[in-house]
Amino acid sequence: MPARSKARAMARPRRRPTAPARVATPPSKGRRVFMVTGGVTKFAKAHPAMDFRLMVKRAYDYALKGIPNLSADRIDGSRISYFSDHFARQLKAASMVQDYLGLNPKGSVRIEWGGATGGECFQAAYEAVASGRMDVCLAAGFETMSRVATWKGNEFIALASDTNFDFPLGGFYTGYYALMVVRHIYEYLRLRKFADVKDEREAQRLAIAEGSRIMSLVSVKNHVNALHNPYAQYPKRLTVEDVLRSEMISYPLTREQICTMSDGAAVAVLCDAERAKEFTDRPVRIIGVGTGTDTMRLADRPFGKVPLLPHERSRDYEDLPYPGVHSFRAGRAAGIEAYRHAGITNPIRELDFLELHDAYASSEIQTYEDLGLCRYGEGYSFVERGDPFLKGIDYGFPVPRAGKIPVNPSGGLIACGHPVGATGLMQGVFAFWQLQETIGKHFGDPTLQLSKPKRGAIHSHAGTGSSVTVSILERGFP
Amino acid sequence: MKARPPTFTKFREVQAELDRSGAALFRDADGVESLVIRYPYSIQYIHSYAEDTPFFLGLAEGRLRGSKCRRVKCGFVYATPRGHCMVCGSPTEWVDLPDHGRLHSWTTCHFGSEAFLKETPYNLGLVEFSGVGSLLLVRLKDAVESDLFVGMPVEARFSPNPTYSITDVWFVPSR
Repeated sequence: MPARSKARAMARPRRRPTAPARVATPPSKGRRVFMVTGGVTKFAKAHPAMDFRLMVKRAYDYALKGIPNLSADRIDGSRISYFSDHFARQLKAASMVQDYLGLNPKGSVRIEWGGATGGECFQAAYEAVASGRMDVCLAAGFETMSRVATWKGNEFIALASDTNFDFPLGGFYTGYYALMVVRHIYEYLRLRKFADVKDEREAQRLAIAEGSRIMSLVSVKNHVNALHNPYAQYPKRLTVEDVLRSEMISYPLTREQICTMSDGAAVAVLCDAERAKEFTDRPVRIIGVGTGTDTMRLADRPFGKVPLLPHERSRDYEDLPYPGVHSFRAGRAAGIEAYRHAGITNPIRELDFLELHDAYASSEIQTYEDLGLCRYGEGYSFVERGDPFLKGIDYGFPVPRAGKIPVNPSGGLIACGHPVGATGLMQGVFAFWQLQETIGKHFGDPTLQLSKPKRGAIHSHAGTGSSVTVSILERGFP
Repeated sequence: MKARPPTFTKFREVQAELDRSGAALFRDADGVESLVIRYPYSIQYIHSYAEDTPFFLGLAEGRLRGSKCRRVKCGFVYATPRGHCMVCGSPTEWVDLPDHGRLHSWTTCHFGSEAFLKETPYNLGLVEFSGVGSLLLVRLKDAVESDLFVGMPVEARFSPNPTYSITDVWFVPSR
């Protein structure tokens, strides 16, 4: 018996597979929707001099300033997002934002969807325009996480896990993500790269050390990219050793592999084709939207078949129980819907960059696979080859294929921060500036500007992968 | 009576002052001052386990119970019980789970949310059972980080003094 299948037989009893997940949402048939402007406040540990209304107002004023003929009276309504009433300690905080911006009595809805709150808000504004209900819709989001101490904040976040079965065990999201990456490492490093090591514990230790090293490369990438992003909370030059030596939070995840809590706000203005033409000669079109979901509890993720992307074959994954806890079926489902809507058949060829929800360095690697940037199991080698790195930046180690498909050119959540209700919109704004080729203007530093990017994706992720959004943006001008 | 609380330029110092006196001024780089106060907030929730009740009563009796889909053609068995089957939507029935399983995955938490900080470090494990289609998240005891591995045989232990919480059961390495 070869080592690999022997290890499998030992660790995985036979279980009844569920039916393959069917992802059959038809592509949107709505009107064409464009993004015409956006704004972000600098994300920070705390903004004591600004409450949530003023943060949103600053981002909103910045966005409107860019377009002379876009004033509040042209906006038909809003979608406003924040994640947690616990952090806000102010119910109907979205009403107070609408009020402060002077948008009453126009229509507005509060959006909440865990960590994917911002991404969902972006899509809610998309839907308002695509459906024809509005011609111009404001998407605005914020979070004020500095209002409690860090470990209390972790408790609030952990209330987004099942309070009967999961929360009372320790209530800790980093713990949940650690459980997922330990299994991911087992599936793809222990059973593959270290298949020949006979001693099971030794093989698993080697695999975890290797996985930790590669996760650290992702952390270095995102922190170093952020050195050129003035909006980022934690830009810094780090080495792999710095990341590995930082405090152990939940084995094997260290502090530098995890995003932090932040205060911040972001806004995006979406509109129909006619208005877009009027507002700007550099509009960006939203060509695909997708969402996916999965069980709230990690423990309930079934073992079935992989829903395939167009460029994959079922024989790629014959032996892979899916999703288990090693992959995000919600991310896969969101990707399938968004790609189909956008007409994308091979994401790595047809996307120029991604802003990806890297709450953990581990989940960035897991998500490469879910979104088909590489096959399941290839996430670690994808990082080592350098595919998600930017060309022309010194990371302190070789990145041979840098620029293949930059992921988190802005620095992502790990380096920019994660004020939950704003995060997905921040990604939208950074992607918008990339596609407009205005990064130099907004960042005061052109280093992160990609050369003529045509298409990018933003990815917003909630819970332990219980809901995910993917939106695809395309340059809408010649 | 002092008219103004003390002023700080670091938010950390503001937080420390709040613990001392309940109010502080924060002055940012532009000289803008913000008054920051402490605002206590505590809640006792009245939490019903509702349809999950037999699971928690079972733990108090030293029984680990899962649920099984009643539809014969489905029959999915859940280690973490649920009232209705997520595959076919049929009602489930209670079944006893084996008290031996294997680690599907694990971690050691060196931090946790505020309520659990004093218990760190603690181990979490996802346990898989033969013939059962889903997993159970539990605390792992009598083992340190370097003992644990995927596939490790583990077995259930029950609290003699139940608190009617998922922590009434934990798993230890099988001997």
